[in-house]
Order: sequence, then C-alpha cells, then structure tokens
Amino acid sequence: MSIRDYVTLRVGGQLFGVDAARVHDVFHPRGLTPVPLSRTEIAGVLNLRGRIVTAVCARRRLGLSPRPADAPEPLAIGLEVHGDSYGLVIDSVDEVLKLDDEKFHAPPGNLPPRWAEIIVGVYQLEKELLIVLDPHTLLDAAHLKAA
Amino acid sequence: MMGGQRSDPRPHFRVGHSVLTGCKVDDLIAEFLTETAESLEVVDSELVKFEANPNERKTLDNIFRLVHTIKGTCGFLGLGRLEAVAHAGETLLGRFRDGKLEVTPTAVTLVLHSIDRIKLILNGLEQTGNEPDGDDDDLISQLEAMAEGREVAIETVQPVQVPDRPINADIPEVVIAEVKPELERPLRPGEVSLDELEAAFLAAEAPDWMSDPEPEPVVEVKAEAPKPEPKPEPKVEAPAAVAPKAEPVEAASGALAAALGDENGGIATTQSIRVSVDVLEGLMTLVSEMVLTRNQLLQISRNREDSAFATPLQRLSTLTGELQDSVMKTRMQPIGAAWKKLPRLVRDLSHELGKKIDLIMEGEGTELDRQVLELIRDPLTHMVRNSADHGLEPTEERIALGKPANGQVKLAAFHEGGYIVIRISDNGRGLNTARIREKIVEKGLATRAEVEGMSDQQIHRYIFAPGFSTAAKVTNLSGRGVGMDVVRTNIEQIGGQIDLNSIAGQGTTFTIKIPLTLAIVSALIVGAGGQKFAVPQTSVMELVRTGANAEHKIEKINDALVLRLRDKLLPLVQLGPTLQLEAATEENATFVMVIQVGERRYGLVVNDVLDTEEIVVKPLASILRDVDIFSGATILGDGSVVLILDPNALSERAGNMLEEKVEESAEDAIAESAQGQKVAMLLFRAGGGAPKAVELEHITRLEHIEAEKIERMDGRAALQYRGKLMPILNVADTYGFKEQDIQPLLVFTGEGYAMALAVDEIVDVVEDFLNIELSPDRPGVRGTAVITGRACEILDVDHYLLRGLAEHARRQPAQDLITEAA
Repeated sequence: MSIRDYVTLRVGGQLFGVDAARVHDVFHPRGLTPVPLSRTEIAGVLNLRGRIVTAVCARRRLGLSPRPADAPEPLAIGLEVHGDSYGLVIDSVDEVLKLDDEKFHAPPGNLPPRWAEIIVGVYQLEKELLIVLDPHTLLDAAHLKAA
Repeated sequence: MMGGQRSDPRPHFRVGHSVLTGCKVDDLIAEFLTETAESLEVVDSELVKFEANPNERKTLDNIFRLVHTIKGTCGFLGLGRLEAVAHAGETLLGRFRDGKLEVTPTAVTLVLHSIDRIKLILNGLEQTGNEPDGDDDDLISQLEAMAEGREVAIETVQPVQVPDRPINADIPEVVIAEVKPELERPLRPGEVSLDELEAAFLAAEAPDWMSDPEPEPVVEVKAEAPKPEPKPEPKVEAPAAVAPKAEPVEAASGALAAALGDENGGIATTQSIRVSVDVLEGLMTLVSEMVLTRNQLLQISRNREDSAFATPLQRLSTLTGELQDSVMKTRMQPIGAAWKKLPRLVRDLSHELGKKIDLIMEGEGTELDRQVLELIRDPLTHMVRNSADHGLEPTEERIALGKPANGQVKLAAFHEGGYIVIRISDNGRGLNTARIREKIVEKGLATRAEVEGMSDQQIHRYIFAPGFSTAAKVTNLSGRGVGMDVVRTNIEQIGGQIDLNSIAGQGTTFTIKIPLTLAIVSALIVGAGGQKFAVPQTSVMELVRTGANAEHKIEKINDALVLRLRDKLLPLVQLGPTLQLEAATEENATFVMVIQVGERRYGLVVNDVLDTEEIVVKPLASILRDVDIFSGATILGDGSVVLILDPNALSERAGNMLEEKVEESAEDAIAESAQGQKVAMLLFRAGGGAPKAVELEHITRLEHIEAEKIERMDGRAALQYRGKLMPILNVADTYGFKEQDIQPLLVFTGEGYAMALAVDEIVDVVEDFLNIELSPDRPGVRGTAVITGRACEILDVDHYLLRGLAEHARRQPAQDLITEAA
C-alpha cells in the first residue's frame, strides 16, 4: 500500500488531481502576453519571477466551455515538462489529498479521445470522482497537436 | 547523438589493472583522456605539417614530446596496451629525430595509423573504463621494422577505422549537448537537424575512415604477428556505437584550455586554468539575469527625477556592461578550434584522390562564441571536403591546364562588425554553370525561360536551394551542391548568411557571415496590433518613416503593398495583419523596417518603434515551437514578456524576392570596390579612449551650441533645432554632456528625422584609406582602423541612427512641444 499526494483543482466544476510532486507553485496568471498564431489552448506567456512561463488554458485544453465573465480570477499551477515551465490555468485549487493507490482505477473506456490520453486514472472519493491528470501528455506538443 | 546529454551522469571508470588504488583513479583517467585527446589532435596536424616540411626540427620535437607524454602517463596509469603502441611510435619518431631515418609519406602514414590506434583504444577506455581487449603486435612490429630501417609494405596496413568522434576530447559532443544546437525549436520545413547533416556528410563522399566503424571480423592475427601483412584491426569489444558519453566538465574544460593555450601548437605556455563549462554557463546565466535587472532599474529611474540614484545607477550600468563583456569573452574561442581536424582531413583526401592539395588557414585566432563555433564546425568541415574533392581538378588536369600542380583550399576568418566572416575558397575548376542550369530545370526549381534570363551568379546560388541535390546522388554529380541547402539552413538558423562566387576555371569562394554570439542580442522593440515585439537589430538595415506626411508612401500593386525606396520597390509585410492582430490597413503604419535575411530584402510594416534594448534570448516552450514566426521570448525592463520575431520566417510571408537581392548585391560589390579609395573622415574625441572617426559623408552638419540650450527630461537630452526637437545621444553611456560652454555636435539625418551626437572635441577632417583592422568591442563601433597614422575607433552610424529614431518615436506624445517650437 502506498500513499500519494495530489493537488486537487477544479475546472468547469469537475474535480481534477495532479501529482503534488509535479506542481512547483500556484499563482495568478497576470501580465499575460498573448502569442499570435498559436494554438487556442495557449493563453500566453508571462514573467514569473524572472522566468518565462507558458500559460495553457485547461478549459480549452479539455474542450470545456469558456470561463463565464463573472467568474473569479483564475489560478494557475506551475508545472515543468521537458525542461519548459508551464502554467496550467484552472478555475480554483482545492486541497492537497493523500490518496491510497489501492483506490486508484484505470480510466473508463468510454471517455472522449481528447480526455482519454491525458487522464492517468480515477479515484473514487466519497462525494465525487477525482480525475488524475498527466501533466506530460497534457502539455506535450505532440499530444496537443493530435488533440 | 547530440541532444539531451545535458545531465549525463559522470561516467564511472573502473580501471582493472591499475597500479594505483583508491578513489582518485577515476579522476586521473578522466583527466588523462581529456589531455591525451587534446594532444592527439595536435599530433595529427603537426604530423601533416611535418610531412610537408621534414626539416622543421621544432615540429618534430613537439610531436615527439606529445607522444612521449602519452606513453609516460599510460605507464603510470597501468594502461599497457596504449603504452606499447605509444612506445613503438615514439621509437620511430626518435629515429626521425636522430636523423637516422628518412621521413617518407609511408612512415608518416604509419605513425598516423598508430595515432588512430591510440584513439581507438582510448575510445574503448572511455566507454568501458578498461582498455579494450586486443593486441597491437601487427602495428608495433611494423613500427619497429620501420624504425630499424626495414621495408614495410604499408599498403597492407589498412587504417583502423576511428570513429569520427572518438574520444571525449571531441569537445563538440559535450558542448553541443549543452547548447542544444536546434536552437530550442523544432526544425522548419526545409531545415535539417545537425544529426541529419552529419548523416548527409557521411552518406556523401566520405573517405573510408569517416564511415561507420564496423570492426572487421577479428581473425586470428596473433600467429602471423611478426609479418607485416596482418590486418591491424584490433580485437575491439565493439566500440561501434559512437556515442561518447562524454563527461561534460572535464572534456569541456579541455576545450577551454585548448582555447587558451593551444595556439602555439599545444604548449600551454599562457597562464590559464581549467574551469568547467558548467561554471561558465552558470556565470553567463547570472550575468544575463543581471542585465535584465539593470534594464529594469534603468527603466524605473527614467521615470523619476530622483537624481541621488542616477550616478550610482549609471556606474552600476557600466559595470554590468563590462561584466557582461568579460563573461562573454570567456565563452569566446578561436575559430582554429573548429579547424584542427582539417589538415589531417585534407591530407587523407589528398592521398586518397591522388591530388596534391595545400590547405591554407588564415585568421585561426579569430574568436567567436563557443556555441556558434560548435554549430558551424560540421558545415565547415563539409565545405572544405567539398572544395578539395569536387572543387579542385586532379593534378594531371591542373598541369594540362597550365595551373600550379598543387591545388589550394584556403580558409580565412576575420571579424566584421558584430559578425565573423569565414571564406572557404579553392583555385579549382569553378562551378559547372551549364550543369546546374540543367539541374534547376530538371528538378523543377525554375522554368527554362526563367533560367535563361538568369546571371551565372543567380544560377550558382541554386546550389543552396532545398531539393537541389540529394545525398543519394552525390557521387555522380559533377558539380557541387552536395547538401549545400543543409549547410545553408544550418547557417541561417543561427542568423548567418552564406553566399558564393565562382569563376569558371579559377575556383569558387564561399563566404559565410555569422553573428559572434547568440545569447544576448540588440533588439528593436516595435509595436504592432497593440502588442510589443522584439526584432533582432542585426537584420534591420534601416528604418523608414511612412504615413500621410512622410516622404515615403506605401503603395499598392493589386493587394500587395510595396514601398518606393530610392527608386526601387520594396515588398512589404504588415506585421499586425500577418499575426492576425488587426485587419490590413495602411492607416496605422508609421514605420517600415527594411530587413535583410540572406537573399531577401523586405519591409516590415509596424505601427511603432519604441526602443532599442539588449535582450537575453530565451527559448520558447516546446508547445509553442510550431509558431515559426517567433524565435524566442525575452523579459523587458518593465518586466513584461515580449516575443522575438524571426525575420527569416517572416520573409517567407513576403514571397520570393530573390530579384531584389541581386540588385542590392551588385550595389554592395560597388561599395566593396570603393574600399580601395581614400575616404574623407572626421576625427573627433568623445568619452576618452582612442580618438574616434566617422566617414564625413554620413554627417549632415557640424554644430557648436551653447550647452545651456540642451533640454533634459527623464535623463534624455534634446535640442530645439530648426523648429523640431532633435534628440542628442552620447557616444558612450558613461560620458555626460558639458554643463556649460560650447557643446560640439555631429548632426545626422535619417529618413525624415535628425539626431545629434555629442562629442568632446572635433579634431580634424582627413582623407585616408579606411581599412578596419580590429573588431569592435562594443555596439556603436565598427572597429578600429589606422587613420593618418593614428588608431581610431570607427563609429557605427547605423547604430546611432536607430537609437535616434527610437528616441524620436518615444517622443511622439510630446508632439505639442514640437509644434510649439515650430
């Protein structure tokens, strides 16, 4: 039996989790410079303490509806993939959960392809399902192109 | 094989039969590998030199000492196999030295073979930590026989196949792994990775020893050992995979040492220490960050009238600049480091092809950034091989043509502006224009009618065109052009340019121009579609103000925009609409940046030119690399992130503008030929140091004004001049204006604006030849030249004009001031 820490977050009402070891920081994505001609998922680039971070919109990446105009200011979690710094722009961050590997399930087979490849698995929490995301495929250029 | 070795763990060497015990052995071996590999490179080229001139005592002594050192160290470390080979080689060299043996090509070849054998063993040692199994009796017995003056049938000795990049001395491996030669972005269509480039070279007319090391099936050689026949292939435990897991620190510090001390043939007489590349890279990163912070501070101080900070900040700014220069210098290496292998390469080619070839190298000491050096090493090697192989005629043909029997391949390097220029020339047959013309049509690159109308030069340039030649057809191609498109893309990728000039029967010259460094670049910050972008200044030739009242107007041919500039039509690309930031309109356009990229010249239409800034180029995340129009991003002084435009990618949006360039290059040729004439120069003093000079033709007027009339705001200076506010710049940042008295000014005029440069004293106007000899050490200076017997720094007028224009643009909000003055 082994326990893992997950940062849980919400995008479009759905609860997601990312391996806490992968999350460098949580910040407000401000001062975004849009990148013309880039994919719609790209929210822009920003300066995070002297580092250039590429912000990726989780809603667009997951094919969800855009954030309502009256929604609170979004947050971003800092991830590193292939040595590049990314900020995944999400609606809100919940808590850090310790979860038992035994309660982990492979993703169900009937997910849309866009979701299937970026989901590692699912935890059945008491109230709802926690979908575990794989930052690698989520932010990888090749997977993005295929999506 | 070049990428992704960044965090390679240090290879662990296990020395089986070492006489030493304890933890230091690994270090010793690693050090030994580095040093030996360095020495071997020197031995290679020294031997070639020696062969050409056997009476050169110093060269022989040098070789002897290097081999002796290798032997001694091997014995100390208990590397028996190496020691034996080195010993036999040394004995033979000793006979040469004593004058007891005549130096013959056969003997030299044999020594070279033993060097190759040493490299092979070293390669095995590096990969496994142990000397590879095998024996060298065959080679040793030949060396001994030769030393005793017996005949040796050298033909039977096949050179061992040394992997092209045998040992960790092959600094490129290490360095390239760290600098990511792909420039942090995926390849574009038509571009080829260095790996592929390498592959293309190998697939091309590679001589035997370049091909993949496939150790021949090991036969029982031992029994026949004493005879000279046996194949010298040692029983190698498959060092076939040539991916040296080089140990970054050691090997790369070798590079540094080589850079510092190798110029006089490997004797490190200069005072130098080995510093690991990691430390240097770390320093570079820190300095880059410091430059950014400095820029931020300067930005803040500009907006305040807090004079207490101004002076120390100015000092800090200067120091940061100097520190940046110093750190950049540690990254500089002489280009000779990339040429080290060439003498051996040319020698082997010469033997193989039966051509007599002289390799002449000039300007080996010319320095450029390590990173750039690594990126051009392979293209250069390829081009030299091409020149020797395809460019030069066979010796008999040369004699028949009445040319000197020895063909010549010449490499020359020198600095020019912020660039290094490398020329590779041969005195061979020149390009086969008719054949290339046929090929262009055959490949569908142009129609026959088009081809007929082209000049020879235009035809020749097609060898750089993608798809002109393929590696598979290399050998039956009579002309050149083998993978030249690959060479071109690799050079253009680092912001360089390549051109050629070929005269039938007289030879071909390739000219490569590449920036000295890639890490920090001067950029113009421009505005388009409500967003800011950075454009590398190196590609901006000039700025033209357009708009309703300007002298130059944008005109339309059908839907294509053009600018009439000095009786020529410049095709235009509108930045905002191209980036889909705004609809195409001529109303907002205020500036056209004339941009030159390789063959092409076009105008980039922007709404604003905001500033010039030294920017630290940061790569874009891989997720963004499909947007080829940006080459990176940077953080500006105000903390915002701007994207850096790639003028090369943008030019593709302007269509094919080959024609334009041809006219321009004709102009350049005229300008070049004018170099032999005397030029009127204005000499002046400013900011201490050497006297400065500028061509008189650039100056519109000289003015002496009362210092009080200079108006200052936000730390900038301007003067009401002819009804307009004219910015005044300093030659050096450290130097201030005169507080009182008379201030001499040089007034320059750009397209539709004027600016002035404040100087201390105007000395003289003289006429002299302008030959820039020393390269510049900072922006704004084109270099140093001797004018009427004095060393003068030659001013880079374009640099100040761009700065002046940026000042103008920034002053736009102060429009009312200008009208008031008018």
